[in-house]
Amino acid sequence: MNTIADELTSHRFFAGLDAAHLEVLTGCARNVVIAKGASIIREGAHADAFWAVRSGRIALGVTAPGRGMLTIDTLHADDVLGWAWLFPPYRWHFDADALDEVHAVTFDAVCLRGKCAADPALGFDLAQRVAAILGDRLNAARMRLLDLYGSPQPG
Amino acid sequence: MTPVSHRVVGRRVETADVVTLQLEATDGSRLRYAAGQFNMLYAYAVGEVAISISANPLGGGPIAHTVRNVGSVSRALCGLQIGDTLGLRGPFGSDWGLDSAAGGDLVIVAGGIGLAPLRSVITQVIAERDRFGTVEIVIGTRTPEELAFKAEVESWRARSDLSVHVTVDRATPGWRGTVGVVTTVLPRVHCDPAAIALVCGPEVMMRFTALALMERGMPASRIRVSMERNMQCAIAQCGHCQLGSVFVCADGPVFTWERLEPLLAVRQL
Ligand code: FES
Repeated sequence: MNTIADELTSHRFFAGLDAAHLEVLTGCARNVVIAKGASIIREGAHADAFWAVRSGRIALGVTAPGRGMLTIDTLHADDVLGWAWLFPPYRWHFDADALDEVHAVTFDAVCLRGKCAADPALGFDLAQRVAAILGDRLNAARMRLLDLYGSPQPG
Repeated sequence: MTPVSHRVVGRRVETADVVTLQLEATDGSRLRYAAGQFNMLYAYAVGEVAISISANPLGGGPIAHTVRNVGSVSRALCGLQIGDTLGLRGPFGSDWGLDSAAGGDLVIVAGGIGLAPLRSVITQVIAERDRFGTVEIVIGTRTPEELAFKAEVESWRARSDLSVHVTVDRATPGWRGTVGVVTTVLPRVHCDPAAIALVCGPEVMMRFTALALMERGMPASRIRVSMERNMQCAIAQCGHCQLGSVFVCADGPVFTWERLEPLLAVRQL
């Protein structure tokens, strides 16, 4: 059976993480199974965790009254859900629902922030990884602003 | 080359502004073509426009063109009904070079109406499935409603020998699929550096896709893209389609990214 450390080692977000840091992180982690259709986070709620997705899909979006959730992004295996746990005021910006049964490793944010404060090298490493994700999402959002599929040659 | 009269023998509305026309020559002749080539379609009394062939070259049925209504000629073509006629010159240009890709894996990436010329490839690959390794198909559209060939895409998804990913920029209520631009899907597809990638869509989408494929280790020489340009003569005479030293109508429309990238990098010609 795979340990949490094994699962994290094979997850893209943690690729190349120092073994000692991995050991520290597993102290804040546990495996979870999220039922299909379940709400995982809600906009405005306290950001007290983050998830390394192992399998299944998660819809990230905003809920509009009477219209249900409008999905703005879909997360898959090897993605992570949640970065607001790292920056004050620690509030979620979006809703997230499980589109399938989701298997993930979840981390307690208070525990993680404590470890990061105690070990600045770990904190810097994690912050860099989260920043890389934010960069990817910003680039993806900018591409969507370009309306990539929208302007064929007139004729 | 004089246009040959063709009759519309089938018409399917794909989306709000996209129509697929099935055509047969009124003189009974049959056009031989390869996946990736295009024809000049002439809407009588309106004008002529270059449109990729979207049918399976091995299919033996009518030739198919999928037209998006973006101007006066394409609007006239989209308005044609079964029994109407139009002029057709072609086929022109280079093709996807499927024979040279045989034996290896394929990564096919379509953006918007770029799925039309790739449908020609996908249907041929399905007909000759044993000739290829893994086949990954990534399709990006603005919204679920703008996905062309919906029923066919569903039938491709149902096949165990194809891996099909559809992603939209903007979900509409009820959409349970993936949301995000095509490039965000590429890290999850099987992408061997020895595979051949076939990419078609608007220029910016192809540029970002080629970069994302290269990040996955694919050399530019193995990435093939199909360029769209305003064509007039289609026989390398008028210069309308010229891009640096190449004529898209004759040297293309399919190029390797290795050849095309330096030409697109020139900001003004
Ligand atoms: S369309 Fe005339 S040169 Fe290509």
